[in-house]
Amino acid sequence: MKHRADLAFRVLAMATLVVALVTLGALIIDVMADGAHRLSWQFLTSLASRRPEDAGIYHALAGSIWVIVLTGLLALPLGVASAIYLEEYGTASRLARFIEINISNLAAVPSIIYGLLGLGLFVRTMNMGRSVLAGACTLALLALPVVILSTREALRTVPKSIREASYALGATKWQTIWYQVLPMAFPGILTGLILSLSRAIGETAPLITIGALTYIPFAPDSVWSPFTVLPIQIFNWVSRPQAAFKENAAAGILVLMGLLLAMNAAAVFLRDRFQRQGRS
Amino acid sequence: MNSASPPLTSLSRVASRTAAAPPDTPVKIEADRLNFYYGPKRALDGISIRIRTNLVTAFIGPSGCGKSTFLRTLNRMNDIIPATRVEGTVLLDGKDVYDPHVDVVALRRRVGMVFQKSNPFPKSIFENVAYGLRINGMARTRAELNDRVEESLRQAAIFEEVKDRLNDSALALSGGQQQRLCIARALAIRPEVLLMDEPASALDPIATQRIEELIYDLKKTYTIVIVTHNMQQAARVSDHTAFFWLGRLVEYDRTDRIFTAPAEKLTEDYVTGRCG
Repeated sequence: MKHRADLAFRVLAMATLVVALVTLGALIIDVMADGAHRLSWQFLTSLASRRPEDAGIYHALAGSIWVIVLTGLLALPLGVASAIYLEEYGTASRLARFIEINISNLAAVPSIIYGLLGLGLFVRTMNMGRSVLAGACTLALLALPVVILSTREALRTVPKSIREASYALGATKWQTIWYQVLPMAFPGILTGLILSLSRAIGETAPLITIGALTYIPFAPDSVWSPFTVLPIQIFNWVSRPQAAFKENAAAGILVLMGLLLAMNAAAVFLRDRFQRQGRS
Repeated sequence: MNSASPPLTSLSRVASRTAAAPPDTPVKIEADRLNFYYGPKRALDGISIRIRTNLVTAFIGPSGCGKSTFLRTLNRMNDIIPATRVEGTVLLDGKDVYDPHVDVVALRRRVGMVFQKSNPFPKSIFENVAYGLRINGMARTRAELNDRVEESLRQAAIFEEVKDRLNDSALALSGGQQQRLCIARALAIRPEVLLMDEPASALDPIATQRIEELIYDLKKTYTIVIVTHNMQQAARVSDHTAFFWLGRLVEYDRTDRIFTAPAEKLTEDYVTGRCG
């Protein structure tokens, strides 16, 4: 009887997984069928165009890469520094607990709210305009809660014995954190960062709010350039009436997916590399 | 239970009377009526003891008797545990280590520590030993650093085993080698006192023997305090032994007297295996 229940549960769990995978597979096959023939070097290197057969994704791909790299550069030091404060220095203080609650809340805020904040704060008040920098600042805010939470998690996995060994050698708290704790936590921090960037790269709403939906026929060449990103370009094409633009959208989705997979692969590769550095 | 001064007087009396007694070297560490609390719970109750220079002092007693806690008050390692509190004094060369003006970092440089479970950093053998030298700015040139690392590895009797693979990860070493590496790491910054918290409890008999031989060699240069569960080990390596029971220091005397003619009934029961 016990075994039968066990078996039933396994079958149920398997079935759920299969449903999810089949749905995903069907979506991918559908997109591939629509867009695969549009994928070409020409598609990757051409700018936006009124004629669907000439249109390419280069400006949006470049925009996405600009924004995401800058987002990472902003979110990593801010997130790691916040996590170190909360985990290592401010653990018991009332201020730290107040910040903690707010970070948990931030993680649950809808992304469009970040967009409105970005519009008000970065685009208008700080006069960054509708630039790559404003977009990256907005997405960095969006990514921060996850970076902070995963960094704290990673800091907590560093064994107490390592900290004690460092303190016993006359290391200060900061030396212990900088030379021992952070290097050991780094693979975990990196994984958290890339996961949060993977989420940010697919975000559309906050960037539409700060004005990345306008027609931009060129790739950014500085952080002050106006820009568009892949999901917005895809959204743009999907909303056109011509069927040929739908094919472009499908091809754009494939490019975005490729970029995501490349980022996740980089995360796995880097994590393994840093872990091996410590162990072998 | 006479926890405060009587064991000390009996110690000096014995030392001056017996020919085979270890020389009565100067006092290195002196604790006076030391109380220690984990939150509201008192873990140490009025510990008073004088630990002498260039001798090995062993702390014995059952688990939870406070011997490790007391050891960790000597270099203020307990400071990093939240909600702990110390009363009383610990004098190192006559100066209170709990004085508010004391630099804890400088104190730990003088009072090194080896832990129960070997805890090498996940770095190379060389970097493990070099770390303390680097953070304390104790080697100005690369050559000086290399010399100090080699000297420390030699002192810890591990250099011959690892000299060809100094850049390999320390985690690839055996448990006994890791523990000797941790000793080398502690010695590299040339402390005056070496605290050892059950350094051989996780090791096999051969590795344990090597650590014990090492302790015997090291006491020429260092004042050593060792916590141990193993009474044979205390008898083999130490000159003086302190017996702890329920957070109190029951008896402190020359090791041979603790094991052959203890003054306290409780000590006798413990060392003969009748309690604890």
